Amino acid sequence: MAYPVPAEFFIVLSMILFILGAMGVVMRKNAILVFMSVELMLNASNLALVAFARQWQNTNGHIFVFFVMTVAAAEVAIGLALIVTIFRHKKSINIDDLHQMEG
Amino acid sequence: MQTSTYPQLIPLVLLIPALGAFINIFWGARLRERVSGWIGIGAALLAFLISLLIFFHMREVHSIGSVVNPAGVFDSWISIDSIGLNIPWQFRVDPVTTTMLLIVTGIGSLIHIYSMGYMNGDPKFSRFFAYLNMFLMFMLILVTANNFLMMFVGWEGVGVMSYLLIGFWWDKGGALGRKNANAARKAMIVNRIGDFGILMAIFLIFWTFGTLDFYRPGEMANTCYAREINGFEACAKEGEGEAAAVEQPVTTGAEPAAVDTQPTAVAATAISNTPATIVAPVAVSGETLVTPAAVEAHGAETVVDTHSADTTADTHAIGAVDEAHGGEAAHAAVTLNQVDNSRFELKQLGVFNQTARLMELPENSPERTIHIGPYTFEFRTLLILIVLFLLLGVTGKSAQIPLFVWLPDAMAGPTPVSALMHAATMVTAGVFLLIRSNVFLDYVPEARLVITIVGSLTALLAGFIAMGQWDIKRVLAFSTISQLGFMVAAVGLGAYAAALFHLLTHAVFKALLFLGSGSVIHGIEHGHHHDHAHDDHGHDDHGHDDHAPDTFDPQDMRNMGGLASRMPITFWTYLFGTFALSGLPFFAGFWSKDEILGDAFAKAFSSHDTLVNIAGFLALFLLLAAAGFTAFYMWRQVQMVFFGSPRSAAAAQAPESVSWMTIPLVILAFFSFSIGFINVAEGGPFYGFLGLKGHEFQHFLESAMPSVTAEAALVFNWPLAIVAVLLAFGAIFFAHSIYGSNKAVTHPEGAIEERKDPIDTGASGPLWRLANARMYWDEIYFRLFENPYNRISQVLYALDWNLLHDYFHDSVLARGYNTISKFLAQPFDQGLIDGTVNGVARVVQLVSGRVRGVQTGYVRTYAVALLLGVVAVVVVMLLPLLQAR
Repeated sequence: MAYPVPAEFFIVLSMILFILGAMGVVMRKNAILVFMSVELMLNASNLALVAFARQWQNTNGHIFVFFVMTVAAAEVAIGLALIVTIFRHKKSINIDDLHQMEG
Repeated sequence: MQTSTYPQLIPLVLLIPALGAFINIFWGARLRERVSGWIGIGAALLAFLISLLIFFHMREVHSIGSVVNPAGVFDSWISIDSIGLNIPWQFRVDPVTTTMLLIVTGIGSLIHIYSMGYMNGDPKFSRFFAYLNMFLMFMLILVTANNFLMMFVGWEGVGVMSYLLIGFWWDKGGALGRKNANAARKAMIVNRIGDFGILMAIFLIFWTFGTLDFYRPGEMANTCYAREINGFEACAKEGEGEAAAVEQPVTTGAEPAAVDTQPTAVAATAISNTPATIVAPVAVSGETLVTPAAVEAHGAETVVDTHSADTTADTHAIGAVDEAHGGEAAHAAVTLNQVDNSRFELKQLGVFNQTARLMELPENSPERTIHIGPYTFEFRTLLILIVLFLLLGVTGKSAQIPLFVWLPDAMAGPTPVSALMHAATMVTAGVFLLIRSNVFLDYVPEARLVITIVGSLTALLAGFIAMGQWDIKRVLAFSTISQLGFMVAAVGLGAYAAALFHLLTHAVFKALLFLGSGSVIHGIEHGHHHDHAHDDHGHDDHGHDDHAPDTFDPQDMRNMGGLASRMPITFWTYLFGTFALSGLPFFAGFWSKDEILGDAFAKAFSSHDTLVNIAGFLALFLLLAAAGFTAFYMWRQVQMVFFGSPRSAAAAQAPESVSWMTIPLVILAFFSFSIGFINVAEGGPFYGFLGLKGHEFQHFLESAMPSVTAEAALVFNWPLAIVAVLLAFGAIFFAHSIYGSNKAVTHPEGAIEERKDPIDTGASGPLWRLANARMYWDEIYFRLFENPYNRISQVLYALDWNLLHDYFHDSVLARGYNTISKFLAQPFDQGLIDGTVNGVARVVQLVSGRVRGVQTGYVRTYAVALLLGVVAVVVVMLLPLLQAR
């Protein structure tokens, strides 16, 4: 059975997504956007996992994807709750305002 | 066994006063005066009652003297195994102890009663009674001890109590308080010199004999050798005649069971249990009173003294001997109390029997060579040394030349104290010690000569000084010293019984005189306060408080006179004491003094030993002169105090003392007259009168003193007695002619300094002033010892201050210390240690300052760091894969 799209394409796409996410985390100041970037990184890794699962004809990758999605969902719940609390407290979600732990 | 339990009560005699003292010390301040006084009096009286019980028992049995070790708790009081030292806490009850018990507790009780009146209102009333009781306890320890160390405990104890009581009024304030405190210190320090002698003697005794015990349980005083040296027929040597049959089976330290089966083998003190009990010490040597068969016949009744059965060597068996009834038998028994101590090894014996046995050995036998450390001594040399060291202690405690100077000053204490300690009991401790050591003294006539000289000289000099004193108590103090000199001289002559007899009579009449003088002082003080009550701040009927400082001295006889009519009871009793002390016929002092003089006479003229002759002559003449002085100064005192007209307002208003004080005076006055009859001499007046037996007291003592035997008892010496009595009367008449009919002092109306002694004029003036200044004895000591001592200490002080302090301290110690500390402070501490610590701190600060910048607080910084870290980890993980390819 031939594969119309080779696995490398997915991997490269996944890498691009991951780097975009990572850059978003590092460079954005809005907490929501940072959060979304983190989600982007997670999904990039999911894509990589699925791609490898297809490559090797193995379901382990799928199982990991489900786990990652579950964890991401939980993370969203907690993360958004945190952001709401921070906003209530600071009237801002600019993460640069959150630097009390600066040395 | 019923009768022999009385000596077992002896610990009670000690414990009861101790308990009284305990109560008064801890609760006395909260008790009312009367209660606290009654506790003290009750304790003394109870002790006296028990002493009486013991005395009657002793009189009945004439016991050889039982060693009592109560309850066995104190079997080894002090023990040091490495040198074989084991000192038990044992009591010895023999006639000498019993006599002393009666003196101490009897006179002690009367003085307790007297104190109730005398100390009335004193703020330290209960403490006074506590001290008195404690004093009694220590004195009782002293007299009941069975070894030298235990005796030393009592010896020091009475010293301490004396210190506390002489200085009892140290808090009087000002010069008076200081004087009292100084008198106490003087007594303490002077006695320390004597105690050095006692300690040396104790050490020597231990290294010589290996023990300090007087007698071990079961042992009895050995009379044989003592009889021999006194010129009497010696007893047969052990092992001769029928004694040989008796002696053999006994081993040392025989078990009580062995005694039961072989009663005849034991040198038994046979005591019958019937009321008419007599001790018949069964003489196992030569002159056997009861034949072995007779003892055997009663063997079934023989019982072992279970009280002392716990001590190892004790085989003291008491059998019932029915034959030994009646006075004659007792008499015979006591004279024959030679005892078979042969069942003891030499070193198992107490010191006295060891002495006796060693002296029986030939001069060059190895046992008589004693090694002490690197030195070797002949036994007799050691004995002389021991006795001389003991004598040094005696001169301290019994106030003999050269250490008597403390006693006159000790009069600073309350008068009952003077009566109890410095006349009746404590100062007799020295004489008692010599009497106790009579076996030592028996064998060293040289040392006894020294003792005689010391005693007679003291008697004479103190009598002389007493004639020039103004202070009523000081006269008596010097009189006490003089009379103690009589006793010491008697001991030196070997007349131990006479010494103890004089000790007994003197205790009675000197206590009387002191208490009488206390009554006089008390009366004068009251008179003085009464006299001042009109212009003074008010009523204050107590004498011993420190109110307005005034110069009136209630003890100065120049302020007295004419008290006979104002204080009749005190006067009459005082007269009794005076007559007794002066030795007027048939008063107590007559008998005892005559006994001593008679002994001196006998030693001077009928002994074959030149040494003894010299001692006898010296004692006879010095003591006769002293006896004359005694009568003179006593009558001078009576004239000054009681006759003539009052020489001060205080004397004119002096009231008679309360009955607390007068009743003891009356009792003592009665005994001042009657006590002498217990020892009348054979052939003298009253001998055989109303059944009076000769030398009854002396016979009572025989079992405790080997050399005091029935044969040694002297017949009354009529010429000597007549001379002595004439001398006493002559001295009294002489004194009367000088001081009588209101001539006691010159210028009786003048100021006190103008009132002089009638003798203090013309040729006799310097002599009187010599006596008045106490022969400059204190001053001589001051020049000889105190001044050089002070000067040496000043030189040492200068040396210390200039050399040691200025040079050594400043230059060496201080500067050296400074240099070291400067080095330690500057380069070391501040440089090295501080540098290290600060350097470390600075490095940390520098590094942390740099590192701190990493923590920006911006999330993205951490995120980048995280990312870079992950990349690094991935690279490290993947690198081997790349290489492997």
